[in-house]
Amino acid sequence: MSGKQKKLLVRIIAAALISVAAQTLLRGEALGQILIAAAYLLVGLEVLCSAAGNILRGQIFDEKFLMSIATVGAFAIGEYMEAVAVMLFYQLGELFQSIAVGKSRKSIASLMDIRADYAVVLRDGKEQKLSPEEVEVGETLIVRVGEKVPLDGVVTEGRTTVNASALTGESLPESKEEGDKIVSGAVNLSGVVKVRVSGRYEESTVAKILELVENSAEKKAHAENFITRFARLYTPCVVAGALLLCLVPPLLFAQPWNEWINRALVFLVVSCPCALVVSVPMSFFGAIGGASRKGILIKGASYLEILAKTDTVVFDKTGTITKGSFKVNAIHPSNISEDTLLDIAATAETYSNHPVAESLIATHKGHIERSRIHTVSEISGMGIKAIVDSETYYVGNGALMEKIGAVWHECRLPGTVIHIANNKEYLGHITISDEVKDCAREAILRLKALGITKTVMLTGDIKKTAEVVGREVGVDEICSELLPAQKVEVVEELLSQGRKTVFVGDGINDAPVLARADVGIAMGALGSDAAIESADIVLMDDELLKIAEAIKISRKTMRIVKENIWFALLVKALILALGALGAANMWIAVFGDVGVMVIAILNAMRVMIK
Amino acid sequence: MKKTFKFENLDCAHCAMKIEKAICAVDGVSEAKVNFFAQKITVEAADERFDEVMRQVQKAAKRVERDIEILN
Repeated sequence: MSGKQKKLLVRIIAAALISVAAQTLLRGEALGQILIAAAYLLVGLEVLCSAAGNILRGQIFDEKFLMSIATVGAFAIGEYMEAVAVMLFYQLGELFQSIAVGKSRKSIASLMDIRADYAVVLRDGKEQKLSPEEVEVGETLIVRVGEKVPLDGVVTEGRTTVNASALTGESLPESKEEGDKIVSGAVNLSGVVKVRVSGRYEESTVAKILELVENSAEKKAHAENFITRFARLYTPCVVAGALLLCLVPPLLFAQPWNEWINRALVFLVVSCPCALVVSVPMSFFGAIGGASRKGILIKGASYLEILAKTDTVVFDKTGTITKGSFKVNAIHPSNISEDTLLDIAATAETYSNHPVAESLIATHKGHIERSRIHTVSEISGMGIKAIVDSETYYVGNGALMEKIGAVWHECRLPGTVIHIANNKEYLGHITISDEVKDCAREAILRLKALGITKTVMLTGDIKKTAEVVGREVGVDEICSELLPAQKVEVVEELLSQGRKTVFVGDGINDAPVLARADVGIAMGALGSDAAIESADIVLMDDELLKIAEAIKISRKTMRIVKENIWFALLVKALILALGALGAANMWIAVFGDVGVMVIAILNAMRVMIK
Repeated sequence: MKKTFKFENLDCAHCAMKIEKAICAVDGVSEAKVNFFAQKITVEAADERFDEVMRQVQKAAKRVERDIEILN
């Protein structure tokens, strides 16, 4: 509790004791009434003053003003105890609310505690502690164990492991040594390192994440805009209702003034839409903050809203469903061992820097003796001819095998097939393909479990390869051999069918598709600015499971927002109805104001609980 | 120029909305945002008048909520 809150609590307790004592011991006596009035002022003077101040500045219709009228009105009709009670209850509610809001705000803020408070820089051979903003590009930082890396950079000395879980949600430590890139916001776990700064603070990963999350409040969801519009109408309407209620029956129907003023006061007390105005933005902000901690950056509450309604998820293949790196997945030798076949292929391809050659060499693992290679010549569009250990080898596609007259056969597996022959003798083939991400199948299954009715995979690859990958991960539809512009068309087609479509890509060459979909999700943002720019939701790493996670978060958030809207509206409507009929007293009305608010805030905080 | 300031002693989100409205109405402010959850206030105004505008912004904010402290 802050000092202000403590003082308020003391006043509330004192006022409660005084008024209860006066009511029980000095009932009906003048002293008792004076004491009750004193208790009222003790707890409510602040409210009265601030209401008066607001009126002078032209701000009526504020809750303090309404509460003042309500309680002064109660005094006027002789309900002294009622006036004190309402003011007490109101202030108690305000206290609860400010504690609840303060607590939740702090826990949301702590989710975004990824920025280092200081940077230790080597300047003129001395260590200096500076604010990260003051460090220039090219300077050397010293990052000790337990500290957060203040700026993005490259390790120049030392080795360590870092934990970037606050950025990616992935808690597995990564080891870093000389020459490795290191991101700001990661926590140094095991060793002191020197880091050369590669960008100013404003351009750092941490600064970008914080900016994105903090600015997310600007892209308001429909639910928020609804609340704003509603709030603008609600208060004047209720106040008008209160006026009618206290004037019309006594003036036109000769009803008793006291009774109807009392009913009007109930109206005034519930006339603040605070529960909604506070809890709805809080739910969204809490959800976005919580998601950012899991490595899911959501650029605005509006995207959470659309994501919750999504029924179609479209994936790009290369780099999204697959790892985007080629790998040998089968070695089919004829009459020789697998190792020998791989050795021949890798040796022949040693000098090539094609991804296919690189994957062969990577799979070979062992030492390749380059002195065994006599000559290597390229046969354009087909492969190579290499003379190794004075044997002539041909390494390439089916056309090359045809050309040299080898007896070869196709592979039943999809992917790029490399055939190998020694002169005319066919030695076998090696199949290379892009690897499907380990979690891809699971990710699609989880989406289906969430009720996503259609999953689509787009690729520029040939049909055969695309179908194998698509079937392996279990997508419903596969669109292959697409040009980049055709990918946009596929998404547009889905949109025109009225489907709420999410597109997932790597953000590098699919920016137009990301922009066209209802929600564009880019993966692997750690180290790729393009992805952060072009997408609506950014996944810091390339974990596909996070898509289902993001949808879950969005649905939970929307459910809570709706619960709060309905709860607050129904309770208020009920109290207004009871108030008009004379069945609700002030206590109920105050509950309808601050009680509903505290409940709505507590409910909103659930967005952050897993 | 666009600058962000932290603020303190504001514990009602409803007031943050009112303050945002008040600040936007200050002469010279081209854009203003009050982020209650991050406890930050962003003000955009012409460079040459910025300090003067900020003084008015301070006043406007205090008029809505006396206790608010905008930090530099």
